[in-house]
Amino acid sequence: MRKFFNIAILSCGAAILFNDAILPADQESPQFTKPITGDQAVLHALGRLTFGPRPGDVEKVKEMGLNRWIDLQLHPDRIPRDPELAARTQSLEDSPAPAALAQRPRTPLSPRQANALRRATAEEDMFMLSRLPENEEVQVLAAMPLIRQRVIAMLTPELQAKVRAAARGPLVDAVKTNGKQAGQKLAQAKFYRALESDRQLEEVLTDFWFNHFNVDAGKGADRILTAAYERDVIRPHVLGHFRDLLEATANSPAMMFYLDNWQSVSPDAAVNRNRPKQAGRGLNENYARELMELHTLGVDGGYTQKDVTEVARCFTGWSVQTPRLNGPFVYRDAVHDKGEKIVLGVRIPAGGGKSDGERVLDILARHPSTARHISRELAQRFVADDPPQPLVDRMAKTFRDTDGDIRAVLATMFNSPEFFSEGAYRAKLKTPFEMMVSAMRATGAAVDNSAALAQRIATLGEPLYRKVEPTGYSNAGEDWINSAALVERMNFAMDLTANRVEGVKVDDSKFSADPAQAARELLFTNASQQTLDAIGAQSDPAVVAGMLLGSPDFQRR
Amino acid sequence: MFSRRLFLKSSAVAMFGAGAAPAWLSRALYAADAPSPRKKILVAIFQRGAMDGLNVVVPHGEKAYYALRPNLAIPRPDGTPDSVIDLDGFFGLHPSLAPLKPIYDAGQLGIVQAVGSPDPTRSHFDAQDFMESGTPGEKTTSDGWLNRALVEERKPSPVRAVSLGPELPHALRGHNEAVAIDSLNSFKVGDARGASAFEAMYGDTHDQVLKGTGREAFDAVKRVQAVEKSPYTPAGGAKYPNGKLGQNLMQIARLIKANVGLEVAFTDVTGWDHHVNEVGAKPTVGQLANLLNDFGQSLAAFYTDLGDRMADVSVVTMSEFGRTAKENGTRGTDHGHANVMFAMGGGIKGGKVYGDWPGMEREQLYESRDLNLTTDFRDVLGELVVRHLGNRQIASVFPGYSQPKFRDLIG
Repeated sequence: MRKFFNIAILSCGAAILFNDAILPADQESPQFTKPITGDQAVLHALGRLTFGPRPGDVEKVKEMGLNRWIDLQLHPDRIPRDPELAARTQSLEDSPAPAALAQRPRTPLSPRQANALRRATAEEDMFMLSRLPENEEVQVLAAMPLIRQRVIAMLTPELQAKVRAAARGPLVDAVKTNGKQAGQKLAQAKFYRALESDRQLEEVLTDFWFNHFNVDAGKGADRILTAAYERDVIRPHVLGHFRDLLEATANSPAMMFYLDNWQSVSPDAAVNRNRPKQAGRGLNENYARELMELHTLGVDGGYTQKDVTEVARCFTGWSVQTPRLNGPFVYRDAVHDKGEKIVLGVRIPAGGGKSDGERVLDILARHPSTARHISRELAQRFVADDPPQPLVDRMAKTFRDTDGDIRAVLATMFNSPEFFSEGAYRAKLKTPFEMMVSAMRATGAAVDNSAALAQRIATLGEPLYRKVEPTGYSNAGEDWINSAALVERMNFAMDLTANRVEGVKVDDSKFSADPAQAARELLFTNASQQTLDAIGAQSDPAVVAGMLLGSPDFQRR
Repeated sequence: MFSRRLFLKSSAVAMFGAGAAPAWLSRALYAADAPSPRKKILVAIFQRGAMDGLNVVVPHGEKAYYALRPNLAIPRPDGTPDSVIDLDGFFGLHPSLAPLKPIYDAGQLGIVQAVGSPDPTRSHFDAQDFMESGTPGEKTTSDGWLNRALVEERKPSPVRAVSLGPELPHALRGHNEAVAIDSLNSFKVGDARGASAFEAMYGDTHDQVLKGTGREAFDAVKRVQAVEKSPYTPAGGAKYPNGKLGQNLMQIARLIKANVGLEVAFTDVTGWDHHVNEVGAKPTVGQLANLLNDFGQSLAAFYTDLGDRMADVSVVTMSEFGRTAKENGTRGTDHGHANVMFAMGGGIKGGKVYGDWPGMEREQLYESRDLNLTTDFRDVLGELVVRHLGNRQIASVFPGYSQPKFRDLIG
């Protein structure tokens, strides 16, 4: 009912009049009005703003004061960077393929010669090429795909093979090798950061926003573009203004490639007439649709198929220079649709260029549906799978009042009574990544090499950087719980404390043999009676610890 | 009142007409008078990403198809390896689906064209969700049609409903037991001390979400590990492709043959969202061809492996929506509307393309761009639920859809 109410208000364009105060107070579930305090509140905050407490964290936060600690986490620049961690992650997060860049095939021709080739017919090309020494002919054809396609059938089979090999050459090989490792290396770095960074909220938010603006590191050029995407596009903006984050993703080669926009061109752009090979090229709606459905408005945010097509027209020409060579992003005015567009009722006059797409980003970032969609997603991640609507509404109001200041929206949430309520306490089931990292943080595990972890997480249901669909992974904890994933959580817990996970070392001499005491050390609170009963008289500290980390108690945060 | 014996015989007649009958058929006919102790099994395959049905079961008799897809259309059937494999003079299979042709010819593969969800959404997420919940347009349905298709039982098998993969799909969620199994051999708690403690913990916990899943997991682990002890060789020389779909179907076949009480199984195959370069230099290469190759070989291997046992099994395929009738500007297709479904099994009246053809002229298209819908996906799934699984409570399996129009794929 409430949902319908919101949509109705939105559709008459008066969302700004929507006032939280008119909501009757009884719309809040009573669980979200019962406060939690003291150690419980500290443990709760650690469970939501970090990837799980380490030994001593509860005391540190208490000493600093909970509010001061939250404020510090909201300002990661005030927390010193850990140089050891930076050194550890740097090589893993470097964009690959500089070697391939250097070996990119180059034509030995002058620009005038190259142009002559382009403008000629296939037969004329053949004549001109035959004047070159063979190695140069191969080089030219490797570097000029249009000419290659035009004449390749006329070459001898031997020459065809040479040309194809030269064209493919080190580039594809680089993509392929890096491809196998790219997602894997990033996953390794992600484990190191989540385990060791003191800027924990920044890491949690990088996980959240990467997932919100998901790209798949297994898709084509995104094998080599994803590293820079997380490092330069997502991470710098996780606590900034939403509009900047949105713009950064729209201007990223990784996103333009992932959602196919790099090839979307105006069907009647002038360039097509001069390049018969490209005739028939035109619009691709993929990015335009996901931009509205997933990145901003939400699926019920009030857009139509017509809007999707119009937005796609606005983004024609937002492309990638050389996808297989680390981008970069490029705007190609020649293939941009210059006509008039109407997006969500707003007229975008004819004759615009890149500004058309920027105008769309403005409209979407400031749309009240976006404020609500983003606020709900954040509340789902940080508060409860089905977050209380009054909280979401207040966060959305902050979003609108601050022009999408993510830090301010988070502050509204962290300072809310709903956040520190019984309804939120232990309401979230951990994602596989949260479960694995929190187990290693709780046990103080030393991770020398996270390669095995990066592999293993797939069996718990969350292959990192490899979510094929643009939806990203679910923010609802319950979606992660099924028989296969649950069994693998138990296996990970037992393997971890028995030192059966390669590259990870736990010091089991630190664990208590008494299950009740061990629970307080690993769960930072008492275990449930059912869990203690099941552990029974077990007295091997490593086994007890494994059972606690695999227990129902440890699957929530 | 529907008679199982009658449908076996009538489908048998259809098959004799179509050519060689498989060996199981005569035995099934003889056995039809005796009550069958074996349950019927329904295997659902979800092709995520929105498969381009028009390039899979190609309307080669439709002029507009070729006009709308100058770069993507599969050439009319001419017997060459890169042309359509004709089925009925109007429709034909994509050439990479050649392994399915003998099954079609044997009358055990039926096809429904122009089928899908009546909901207009072109969102992958919503459309998949609607097709799995079985309630198009209704976002609050928390359980799935395949779970509701199970009949309430007093002592159900812990593996009566299985999804192969690391996630339990929406289609299988609900109050009947359903388990996700990533692979049969890894599905266990490796540490024996841990296994018994965890079983007790999850059995007794007050955490209702974890308690339910935990109990189901441990029951299922025991049943699966009993099967897993003996090595497995597919029958009939069946060769499953190495991809996930083939391997998942092999494990489903294994569970079926082990008679562990499997009734419904689910698996999915991703990667059908071909906005760019859908078709390569020729129809049998490229992204769509690769997926279809794997898809056709996987289904054919499953069919061969199960042999006689296909008498009890139906396989049905679905994808959230179809793709634009017209190719887009990047040698691909965008999100569309109606699609195609396959139904394979001993009980299926195959060898036929079902459904009314809406045509592809502009005025015949949905919103002037996509293939129109003439069959609701619940007509197909509903028929399998009622006539194959024998659950006649169609109104509770597909709430709000109590009067489906069966296409008579069965019986």
